[in-house]
Amino acid sequence: MKAAAAGGAKFAVELRDVRKSFGKTEIIRGANLAVHPGERVAIIGPNGAGKSTLFNLISGRFGSSSGDILLHGQKIDGLKPYEITRLGLARSFQVSNLFTRLSVFENLRCAVLWSLGYKYAFWKFLADLHDANDRAEEVMEMLKLEKRRDVLAMNLTYAEQRALEIGITIAGGAGVILLDEPTAGMSRSETARFVNLIREVTAGKTLLTVEHDMGVVFGLADKIAVLVYGEVIAFDTPERVRANERVQEAYLGSVLADQQAEAGQAAHGRAAGH
Amino acid sequence: MRRTPETRPHYHFKPWNVGRWVLWGLFALVLAVAPLLWSSGFALTMLSQMGIAIIACLAYNILLGQGGMLSFGHAVYTGLGSFLAIHTLNMVADGRLSLPVSLVPLAGAAGGLFFAALLGYVTTKKAGTTFAMITLGIGELVWSMSLMIPEFFGGEGGISGNRVVGAPVLGISFGPQLQVYYLIAVYCFISTALMFALTRTPLGRMLNAVRDNPERVEFVGYNTQRVRYIAFMISGLFSGVAGGLAAINFELVTAEVVGAGRSGAYLLFVFLGGATFFFGPIIGAVLMVVALVLLSELTQAWLLYLGLIFVFMVMYAPGGISSLIMMNLRVAAFGKLRPLLGSYLALAGTAATILVGAGAMIEMVYHLQLNEALGPELRFMGTTLNAHGFDSWFGAVFVLVVGVGLFELARRQFTRQWGVTQEEIEREIKRREAAI
Repeated sequence: MKAAAAGGAKFAVELRDVRKSFGKTEIIRGANLAVHPGERVAIIGPNGAGKSTLFNLISGRFGSSSGDILLHGQKIDGLKPYEITRLGLARSFQVSNLFTRLSVFENLRCAVLWSLGYKYAFWKFLADLHDANDRAEEVMEMLKLEKRRDVLAMNLTYAEQRALEIGITIAGGAGVILLDEPTAGMSRSETARFVNLIREVTAGKTLLTVEHDMGVVFGLADKIAVLVYGEVIAFDTPERVRANERVQEAYLGSVLADQQAEAGQAAHGRAAGH
Repeated sequence: MRRTPETRPHYHFKPWNVGRWVLWGLFALVLAVAPLLWSSGFALTMLSQMGIAIIACLAYNILLGQGGMLSFGHAVYTGLGSFLAIHTLNMVADGRLSLPVSLVPLAGAAGGLFFAALLGYVTTKKAGTTFAMITLGIGELVWSMSLMIPEFFGGEGGISGNRVVGAPVLGISFGPQLQVYYLIAVYCFISTALMFALTRTPLGRMLNAVRDNPERVEFVGYNTQRVRYIAFMISGLFSGVAGGLAAINFELVTAEVVGAGRSGAYLLFVFLGGATFFFGPIIGAVLMVVALVLLSELTQAWLLYLGLIFVFMVMYAPGGISSLIMMNLRVAAFGKLRPLLGSYLALAGTAATILVGAGAMIEMVYHLQLNEALGPELRFMGTTLNAHGFDSWFGAVFVLVVGVGLFELARRQFTRQWGVTQEEIEREIKRREAAI
């Protein structure tokens, strides 16, 4: 996977005319997107535009009907989720998807074992795997969950579960991170804290997020992709996307503008706080 | 931030581990001393069977408790292990193979592993209900094969062997049951230790993860089918050890050892012991032998009692006996067990009353159905009941109804008290967390 990245592929993630149908309904209708390494992209769009489906296609949860999906120039459509994960792409889920009867620490340790090469080892004790334990502790500190170390995932608060969800996603050190509505269902103050957390843990990585909250979009992304009816109708910097006529037409430009102003204030407040 | 090795938290020296050494020491001690305390021939037979059952139940729990795989065909792997071991034993006896008898269980292990690798490949492709159905199908398949291939399974009579073959090694001929017991004890201890070790390895932990959330496992890089398959083979290996020991112990292997009844017993008793905790199946195994050997001596209706206990357990304590123990240990650790003792006494007393009432009725029905020729009278718990008499039936119903009523009262009282205790403990934990 390192070789592929170093091999000078131009894009970290590339979609070429990707289509996906469920029965007769075509959800994704020829989506094109090319994300450079290190870019931070927010995917926005009205409900039912296919944002989550797009993530499910990229991460291998569903197979695409046609088109190509490339990771660092390598075709990944048709691969199993674990194969894609091993190539350095990790994702989070909209509804927390945790190892419910394992502790916070064990959840994170499970998330790092493969990336550190331990595979299916049954001849090594977990307690002796210092790199895995250190990495799990390190991520736990980033998430500020140290005090909850031995609490079962099912007994965490909602916000803590969301944090752990992100933690499992980034713990394996993947270079490309997909976050599906990371702040869904959170209060305003929690969201603000969470945006900072996500920025911290995904520093230097290629990031794709699906978001509804424009505050989060402008807080996290330097490019916005607008998905409408299964097509990417715009992919550019926030300012240019806002000015784009097609976007205004299709996707409530006024709402976008309002929310951006609000988010701008929020971001300003955050900056002042530092 | 990077840690230096000196500040690295010491995962292996958690205070728990002193206790762990003590526990393992005690386990070894119990295995070593048990036949000295209960030295009758009958006790020795039971202890031997318990040792075997412990291995088999722990192996089953790798699937059920740790991997979330509900298998209805575990006896396939213990049973085929038994057959391979008895054939190996006979080959040793014929002089076709040179192998100490003490290593014959390893032939069983190889058999268990081989068939788990072969049949498990299909079985572990799927999880959940599909997995359960496939194990059921394979169980039936192997059972029907046992009738089709008498050369291997020995037909109705089974395959018999003789464990006393070759010259005694260091004076051990495996003729006396005591020597067989110690062979079983050694295998039991080593197998238990190895299976416990498995729970502390990457594979063991990922198996728990597959149990909890197979989908997410795929998104942290693991192939869930592979995790299940490897675990299945390890389970098969240890099941084979248990099967091999059983072959040496009984010197006879019949087709029923691969049957659905045996598979059901593993499931039932592992559940009763508790699949959540590692040691649960050990309790289950001991109960299994007690029930199969002792209870069946006591009453003809033992399967019915067993079914009733199982139903009660599923309804009131789905975590099994081990989780009951652990929950009460937690209460005890916070010094709150003493006030509950009164409730426990009430529960036990009323439950015993129910048992007496229900037991009297069950025994009378069984007596009427099976022993009619002996007359209507039967002995039950020191009194004489008349299965045709109004008094006996009225008395039994009365005791049962009173028992059920009082039990329900005691249960409600206990539930309330238990809830209050748990709340107090939660508060105590919060207080301690805040103090850190």
